[in-house]
Amino acid sequence: MSLIGTVSSEKTKQFSTSTWWILAIVLVVYVGSTAAALAFFFAASATGQLGGADAPQMPAETLPPLLYSLATAMGYVFPLLIGTLMVTTEIRHQTLTPTFLATPRRGRVLAAKLIVGAGLGLLYGLIGLLSSVVPSAALLSMQGVDTQLGEADTWAMFARMLAAFVLWVFVGIAVGALVRNQIVAIVGVLVFTQFVEPIARTLVPFVEGAGDVVRFLPGAASDALVGASLYNAEALIGTSGGDALEWWAGGLVLLVVAAVLMALAYLFSWRRDVA
Amino acid sequence: MPDGQVLEFSGLTKRFGALTAVDRFTARVEPGRVTGFLGPNGAGKTTTMRMLLGLVRASDGTATVGGTPYAQLRRPLQTVGAALEASSFHPGRTAAAHLTALAQASDVPVSRVDETLGLVGLADAGGRKVGGFSLGMRQRLGLAAALLGDPGVLVLDEPTNGLDPEGIRWIRDFLQALAREGRTVFVSSHLLSEVQQTVDSLLVIARGRLVFQGTIDELVDPTEYATVVDAPDRAALAAALAAAGIDTEPLRAGLRVAVADPAEIGRVAAASGVALSLLQRQGPSLEQIFLELADGRRVHASAQGGSAAVPTGAAAEGGTR
Repeated sequence: MSLIGTVSSEKTKQFSTSTWWILAIVLVVYVGSTAAALAFFFAASATGQLGGADAPQMPAETLPPLLYSLATAMGYVFPLLIGTLMVTTEIRHQTLTPTFLATPRRGRVLAAKLIVGAGLGLLYGLIGLLSSVVPSAALLSMQGVDTQLGEADTWAMFARMLAAFVLWVFVGIAVGALVRNQIVAIVGVLVFTQFVEPIARTLVPFVEGAGDVVRFLPGAASDALVGASLYNAEALIGTSGGDALEWWAGGLVLLVVAAVLMALAYLFSWRRDVA
Repeated sequence: MPDGQVLEFSGLTKRFGALTAVDRFTARVEPGRVTGFLGPNGAGKTTTMRMLLGLVRASDGTATVGGTPYAQLRRPLQTVGAALEASSFHPGRTAAAHLTALAQASDVPVSRVDETLGLVGLADAGGRKVGGFSLGMRQRLGLAAALLGDPGVLVLDEPTNGLDPEGIRWIRDFLQALAREGRTVFVSSHLLSEVQQTVDSLLVIARGRLVFQGTIDELVDPTEYATVVDAPDRAALAAALAAAGIDTEPLRAGLRVAVADPAEIGRVAAASGVALSLLQRQGPSLEQIFLELADGRRVHASAQGGSAAVPTGAAAEGGTR
């Protein structure tokens, strides 16, 4: 009985059901199609091919990071779901019983899930990156906009995006362990990431002082970590969004969210009776 | 060959709010034999087993495997194999993958996966998803998981549920063979008839408390046995028995002799030249005794060991309500 064994076991569990590749395909389609559509219109707008001479032109140099970061700005719900499912699936199908029989030290099971979760974050981060970068870069270069793929800043952003994916898996594992009920957890994750936070961030310009709160929301922190996001696009075209955090502060906020939820889950949920 | 270990429950108690599911349960389960753990549904069997396995935390008392709590076993799956319920599988995962994940988590060689699948008769089903398994196949897969680490102790919760008669017979023979190898086999059931032919000794639990501990033979008090004897010439038989100093009690269909050995009565009758038409040992049915133990009408001395340290009678009775 060793941590290495527990990690291999978690890996086997993760890749022996169809969830992982179904989510990967949805991620590719969702991020890839959005990136392709936006890249086409943004590039057309930047080069003045769209909307005639009066239409506002998007500055071409802001487009690549905006499009590449779709993998995190839109796709962050995927690592979050993957982490959540790593735990709630075991509770739903009562496989926590054999899991804890094989590894009675429950903290070790959670640690193994975090280690495998980090690997999954990198894997899905890579898939998400390819899904946003490949179509965007292709369409930008077709319309003569610089892809910025030769710049170190772009690659540094890619690295921060991978870090964001890993952190989101951690948040997901903690949410799953804390909420336990799979349906409630999935619905909660979707409602928060797809409605609550986007609406809150959209309303920021209209509410006095809201920016101070909203930039600490996990999605905003994640975008701050990456350094670019569609949600900050209003800032690019004139209206003022909330001031984003520094990239390291955004990463730290996400890490703290994951750590606090994890501690709560371990104390109040993970050590409960398995009946 | 792994050694069987003694399972020891000592004052084991589990309270769920105001409900006491398991109440000062004290018992020993020995290696080398099949021990049945019998009780009606809701008597606390599953909770007791889950406390033994560290899945449910005891409110009080201890449960150990060879003197060690399960959570502190160095190699749990190589020490104890447990099959709890037939539903602890992800339906979208294959049987082989389920066992592989368990093997990896407990440093059991992955080659054991195919071995144990063969052992339980699922050799051809390893690559199939568990979602398509019948209840009987799930029971077998659960057993395969229990056997994965070749453990000296087996803890099985209602393993015959959902099995066809052939499967039940197979599991009986299998458990007995494991016990003969020196392993500890602890198997629960809510039906006496199901374990009657399988078990060497018995723990009976009712309303969370141990009410019997011993062998099936000990379940019936010797004083509860009587011999019923009859002869075409009943008067001569009565006289012969009276002459031998044996008291009889006339019944509609013969004479009832308390606590007597039928062979003794036959010998007396033969010596007196009385031909018998009936000679039968009679006792209460095991099922009847089990039901009476379960609803508290019958109290067996063997259960006193479990509650010796606590006041018996009304006070203890009050504690469970």
